[in-house]
Amino acid sequence: MMGATARPGSVTAWALSGTAWLVYAFFYAPIVLLVLFSFSDDRNVGRWGGVTLSWYEQFIDHSQLQNSLWVSIRVALLSTVISVVLGTLAALALERFRFRGQRVFDALLYLPIIIPDVTMAVMMLLFFSEGIRIAELLFGLDLTKGFTTITISHIAFNISFVSVVVRARLSGMNEQLEEAALDLYANRWRSFRYVTLPQIAPGIAGGALLALTLSLDDVVVTQFASGPGSTTLPVFVFGMIRRGVTPLINAVSVIMLAASIALVILSLATQRLRAGETGWSLGGRLRRRSD
Amino acid sequence: MTLTAVPPPSGPGPGGAGAALLEATPEFERAAARADSRRGFLLSLPAYVYLLLFFAIPFGIVVIYSVATRNTIGGTDLAGWNLDSYRRLAEPIVRDILFRSLWIAVLTTLICLVVAYPFSYFIATRTPTVRNIMLVFVMIPFWTNFLVRNYAWRVILGSDGPFAAVTEALGLGRQEILFTHSAVILGLVYGFLPFMVLPLYAAIERIDGSLIEAGRDLYASGAQTFRRVLLPLSMPGVLAGSILVFVPSLGAYVTPQILGGGKSTMLGSYIVVQFLTARNWPLGASLSFVLMTVMLTATLIYFRAGGRNL
Amino acid sequence: MPSAVPAVGLHQITKRFGDVIAVDSVDLEIADGEFFALLGPSGCGKTTTLRLIAGLEFPTTGSLRIFGDEVGTLPPNRRPVNTVFQNYALFPHMTAEENVAFGLRMRKIPKAEVEPRVRDAIALVHMEGMEQRRPDQLSGGQQQRVALARALVNSPKVLLLDEPLGALDLKLREAMQLELKALQREVGITFVFVTHDQGEALAMSDRIGVMDGGRLLQVGAPEEIYARPTNRFVADFIGHANLLDGMVTGPDRVTLTNGVTIAAPSDIQPGGRVTVSLRPEQAFLHRQGGAPEHHASVDGQVEQVTYLGNALIYRVSFQWMHIDVREENRPGGASVGAGDDVTVSWEPSSVAVVQD
Repeated sequence: MMGATARPGSVTAWALSGTAWLVYAFFYAPIVLLVLFSFSDDRNVGRWGGVTLSWYEQFIDHSQLQNSLWVSIRVALLSTVISVVLGTLAALALERFRFRGQRVFDALLYLPIIIPDVTMAVMMLLFFSEGIRIAELLFGLDLTKGFTTITISHIAFNISFVSVVVRARLSGMNEQLEEAALDLYANRWRSFRYVTLPQIAPGIAGGALLALTLSLDDVVVTQFASGPGSTTLPVFVFGMIRRGVTPLINAVSVIMLAASIALVILSLATQRLRAGETGWSLGGRLRRRSD
Repeated sequence: MTLTAVPPPSGPGPGGAGAALLEATPEFERAAARADSRRGFLLSLPAYVYLLLFFAIPFGIVVIYSVATRNTIGGTDLAGWNLDSYRRLAEPIVRDILFRSLWIAVLTTLICLVVAYPFSYFIATRTPTVRNIMLVFVMIPFWTNFLVRNYAWRVILGSDGPFAAVTEALGLGRQEILFTHSAVILGLVYGFLPFMVLPLYAAIERIDGSLIEAGRDLYASGAQTFRRVLLPLSMPGVLAGSILVFVPSLGAYVTPQILGGGKSTMLGSYIVVQFLTARNWPLGASLSFVLMTVMLTATLIYFRAGGRNL
Repeated sequence: MPSAVPAVGLHQITKRFGDVIAVDSVDLEIADGEFFALLGPSGCGKTTTLRLIAGLEFPTTGSLRIFGDEVGTLPPNRRPVNTVFQNYALFPHMTAEENVAFGLRMRKIPKAEVEPRVRDAIALVHMEGMEQRRPDQLSGGQQQRVALARALVNSPKVLLLDEPLGALDLKLREAMQLELKALQREVGITFVFVTHDQGEALAMSDRIGVMDGGRLLQVGAPEEIYARPTNRFVADFIGHANLLDGMVTGPDRVTLTNGVTIAAPSDIQPGGRVTVSLRPEQAFLHRQGGAPEHHASVDGQVEQVTYLGNALIYRVSFQWMHIDVREENRPGGASVGAGDDVTVSWEPSSVAVVQD
């Protein structure tokens, strides 16, 4: 739509491109510096002292970090699988059917996206502490927060994000394709299996990558849903940062950074970024970055 | 070569003509619609039940806690309901935190707006290929681990970090802004700038470039064209971006913790403190509830302004 | 041999969507091997009627038979009909070949049988060599052919086509009209064709059903629909017509609302309010008083002349009403201009009188 409207070579044009380069520098300089310092042989986190891999070695030898990394991966995979299934079913129900209670369900599905992290975290804290108290009172069970409660809380927000992404894909799909399948002797299941599913697969993949990213990134909700024994990598690192920064944290951060950039590139590749589509996803991705 | 050579298709269904085939009736039509509606409901059921159990009920518990009373040993008495904790929102200490969060969020939004506008305009006026490449490079930090991105600034702004080294080299002395409000705002701008860029870009990209030329053609100066043509037309993007930045800034927790030095700088941290250290759960719950109300209102404005289409 | 049982039989078919009646008590029988067009403006219920036959909607009431079998309550996958959808609805993730094979695969036809049938169907629509292309690598016309093959490969008892030529440009549309007609003759299957384009319907169909407001207004051969419309809507919708309001005032006489009485044969009792429909090309222009003896005529004045290239349209006004007369643009044609006094004449049998 917009053509170039500032005259090439004019002061405005120079100022605009200057701003653009500065903004990119602002976006990427901290990331680049962090990567550099993670290889720096200096006990001080922000000073260059020659190349070393010792901080990465420390990470590998650090059993608590390794434990929390495993918790992170397990929580992310399990919560992604469950929320992809539930979120896709929910998206299908909302896009393809009319049923009683639909509007309430639609609103309920949006809330976890809109609600502030801190509020969601508080909800999980109170819910699990009440739940554990009641379980002890009624059944004499001795439960603690940990892997299960973290996974439950991640699914609670991931269902919504998956369903938003899948719905966008479903609503962009030509419904006549499903009718054509029925007309060509497919029953409902086969029409879904051979036509709808292949058509929305990129949406499901995108939703899954989004769920993985959100689960791997989450700090606030996880912090309130996890117990003293078991927690995820970001929460553990967050605790370390609050006690004081060390070059070890640089190395761990770079590993988390690499993981999330890999996921972004994967999801950009599956979603085929097109101008104009970027915005939609935005509405859905409102929260989760809002730690 | 005709298709009549191949066998005719099977009859209308199993049993063929012999099966009792019925004429359509309104009852049948209604039953079919009901069956369809039931299918939809059953598909939604797993997620529905999950969210009721692990979202709606927890939310109800927060509301109940917000009207409960804190007892002397730091526990919570769920019986006697009252609005005491909401009344405490007017106390100077809470009020100060509310106002501080508010102005930090407003300032963050304004800075993002000023930085993102020319940037988005620049992207929107490139050729489609360049535009997409530039957008990808906005999306990458947008999706990168938030904690790590905040931590990177902690390293840069630290007392021995590159920021202090640069200011010293420039003859400004060793500047240290870590653990100040400036550092928190810097971190928030860094974290949420993409939220401003993307809707602004979408809004500007949609504007017909010839309108700008028409403005110039009608003897408007560059500034006048901006104020009278470009800005009004991109207003939906400005509004959407502002809400998308303001809302998470207001509830920020990680950034003030890492860059603000763990003091109760902002609302998010203050709420967490109520649960983890101060053990005043009713106050924390009522603050959470207030925060959520603000967010819901902002989101409704966002959707009203057509945010869904951005 | 064509079956004596109608290929499609609709009896008192009604479809309601909430308070809206999309299809209103339609009775229709389509013969085996017929090329039948459902014609009407958008929203007239023609597409809904097609979807009812396909099974994509269930009728609210009425009987729907295909070769005598009641199918009104069967889902689409259990009806012996196939559809060519408006924008073809080819599966984008499958090749042309996979699209064509889809119906046979869903019916679990043995693989050995699927291959030759798919090959035949692709040959039938002249798409050899394009088997491995995906829909987005095909032109509109090619997609149309694949959609036809995908439906025909199943040897349906009836083929339903929903505005199949609507997405094609004019030249291609005209070529496809002829091809589709030839294809239908070749396969001998009943085609039910939905269109809003009267030219298309007139050119291709054995019979046409004109619909408006959910009702089936008239069914007949193209010539019949064109020459003998039985109501005002059909007269107006098909081709161009001069529609003159009046009242039957005697045997074969109609007095128009402007007081002029003309000869117009009909069976309608005197006193009935009617519309007289006269096609512009069936009216003739003469210098005043020059009309042939056996013609009906009115005197008037040329108000406007429109040049169409191959023809001219003269708008002749008489007593506050007007008649458009179309004359082919031939050398030596009538050389009259605006303001000239003229007589317009026509064969009395060429007008249609329809009751309002």
